[in-house]
Amino acid sequence: MFLHSVKLPHFKHSAESETVELALPEKVTISMAQHLGVPCKPTVKVGDKVKIGDIIGDSDAVMSAPVHSSISGTVAEITEVLHISGKNMQSVVIENDGKNEISDGVHPVKVTNREEFLKAVRNSGSIGLGGAGFPTSIKLGFDPKEKKPDYLIINGAECEPYITSDYRCFMEEGEDVLEGIKLMMKYLEIPACVIGIEKNKPKAIEKMKQLCAGTPEITVKALKSSYPQGAEKTLIYSTVGRVVKEGQLPLSSGCIVINSSTAAFIAQYIRTGMPLVRRRITVDGNIVKKPSNFIVPVGMSIGEIVYHAQLSEKPDRIILGGPMMGACAFDIDYPISKTNNAVLMFANSPVYEPTACIRCGKCTRACSMNLLPTEIEHAFDVKDAAMLEKLKVNLCVNCGACSFVCPAKHNIAEKNQLAKFFLREIKLKNEGK
Amino acid sequence: MAKLIIEPSPHIKSPVTTQKIMLCVIIALLPALGVSMWVFGLRALLMTVVCCTCCVFFEWASRKIMKRDNTISDLSAVVTGMLLAFNLPVTLPFYMAVIGCFVSIVIVKQFFGGIGQNFANPAIAGRIVLMLSFTSYMTTWVEPFYYNNTTLVTSSTPLAGGEASLLDLFIGTTGGCLGETSALALLIGGIFLVVMKIISPATPLCFIGTVFLLSIFQTGSLEGALAAILSGGVMLGAIFMATDYSTTPMTTKGKIIFGIGCGLITVLIRAFGTMPEGVSYSILLMNILTPLIDRFTVPKAFGAVKPQKGGKK
Repeated sequence: MFLHSVKLPHFKHSAESETVELALPEKVTISMAQHLGVPCKPTVKVGDKVKIGDIIGDSDAVMSAPVHSSISGTVAEITEVLHISGKNMQSVVIENDGKNEISDGVHPVKVTNREEFLKAVRNSGSIGLGGAGFPTSIKLGFDPKEKKPDYLIINGAECEPYITSDYRCFMEEGEDVLEGIKLMMKYLEIPACVIGIEKNKPKAIEKMKQLCAGTPEITVKALKSSYPQGAEKTLIYSTVGRVVKEGQLPLSSGCIVINSSTAAFIAQYIRTGMPLVRRRITVDGNIVKKPSNFIVPVGMSIGEIVYHAQLSEKPDRIILGGPMMGACAFDIDYPISKTNNAVLMFANSPVYEPTACIRCGKCTRACSMNLLPTEIEHAFDVKDAAMLEKLKVNLCVNCGACSFVCPAKHNIAEKNQLAKFFLREIKLKNEGK
Repeated sequence: MAKLIIEPSPHIKSPVTTQKIMLCVIIALLPALGVSMWVFGLRALLMTVVCCTCCVFFEWASRKIMKRDNTISDLSAVVTGMLLAFNLPVTLPFYMAVIGCFVSIVIVKQFFGGIGQNFANPAIAGRIVLMLSFTSYMTTWVEPFYYNNTTLVTSSTPLAGGEASLLDLFIGTTGGCLGETSALALLIGGIFLVVMKIISPATPLCFIGTVFLLSIFQTGSLEGALAAILSGGVMLGAIFMATDYSTTPMTTKGKIIFGIGCGLITVLIRAFGTMPEGVSYSILLMNILTPLIDRFTVPKAFGAVKPQKGGKK
């Protein structure tokens, strides 16, 4: 089977800039919505003293991961902040006391079996660091009696332009990636692992191949450099040749996909006990003079981070994540979350006016899911739910390839998302009756 | 705080626009225009300019009257003008060409909603209306290089029984509509479009291939089959008209069906019809079938499961 893809410019300017750890800021604003699923509730009050690694938010919900303080200091405020998803989310504002004290709970984690490992993963606050932010403990917490995975797939495709944080992770913490893989394989009893890396990162492929030399069950697969190579279903197909059926999770095809940086984090957590309070982030864009990779504490504001990468002028767009799937920040004070792998700053971006669809079919030849994006757009415009079902809009992964190639500059990917919401509403309405 | 732009992802777009695509098509048509000027003289250029100007004017005026956004900057009217001119004999009175432009742009294109909405290829519909209205003018052909002679000598096209060598057909030194005679120039344009990824080679290959194969049976010789694909409007139609986005299927499977269908109808008309040429009719007929082809060639989505018959919902 041939999967459609698009060729994107790579813009990996920051690939060879070594990660710099930034000094902890005066203040952090940590959102309780750091992951996909149920947001946490603050477990601290205004005035509380917190140390680095202390839990400040948690939830009883399964689909969740705890949130920890990234600095030591005093809780100054618990407030609602407009989240990039468009909803108001509770956030904890912590003022730095400059002492950089580390939580008493931070010490190497002892793990001897599956349950302890999963509990540790949950306690670490780990979520998918690739961008979507799926809680790692949920992904790994499958029921081994129901279905056992045959493959652990490590997503190191990093197919989005600009972003190099996963690449830097391979280069600087490749040993940790491998250690994380081994931990997951050991405690979850996964027999094989494939590390998928796009061919535009030959050094990372080379390095991981060397590291994996002694372990035949862990292999490195060089992937074609095309977009969206790192989309979960695409990656599974390109690495192990399996197809994830509509409406199913990767586990149904015997696969678990974990981002490479997440794997490295798990190893680091088990070794040190420091939960997910900081992450590697790429700063780039057409007004960034020094494209860089930084280690930043969760909750640090964009403005403080990009200061270190030097801007040549004022941005008119700030994108959190990659240019294909990232979201626009509302202002430069917006805080970084666990899921942000990049901050991109742009100015004088070309503005395109949408024109009429000319039926060129470029979107249909760009869609990795083999959908007909323009037909979906038409069906959504006339609110034809039956047609939308037939066109399988729910399979759309919102990679944005259709909007990218569209010569008429339609925001087709956005329409696909709206169409999915529209179908969900109709379904809810029908169930209500 | 300066206002930031908030927009849906993706935040980068390919630089390809409708205008650039149309510009590429115009560039791809230039070699044929060049040959045409060499074979048929300056009037070929004049005819093209008249058609393009009229098409752009009609597009502008009809959008204005219908109170719609102006779309002449997308250059699609220029492409229609060129294609229509290429489908006319060089001697056609200009006022007839103007009528053709009106039919193409106003009736076939704008009445159906403009670019992307028309079900038939505007240039082909324009040509067919002219063909039916002014049959004798539309089938009056002149000898190549007639402009060197003092008196006008009419000739017939190879399809209508005229004599022409394969080389003449390939280079274009033969009678015919002004843009269709040179297979070489049209092929250069077609290769350019394929390289620029403006058109998929599926339609032209299937169209020309089908005509070639069927013509072997029809004429009984390889030379006859070669002449069949080199003469008449096959090259122009297959490369530039059967690949029109709006009026042809979107998927590769659909394009293959479309191309084979066009080739089949062309040969049938040539062999059994009363008219010597069938390319424009074949494309028009297949244009009408396009929505149907699109409907039956919906690709299977990656990982899609067929809905269970009799299952829930």
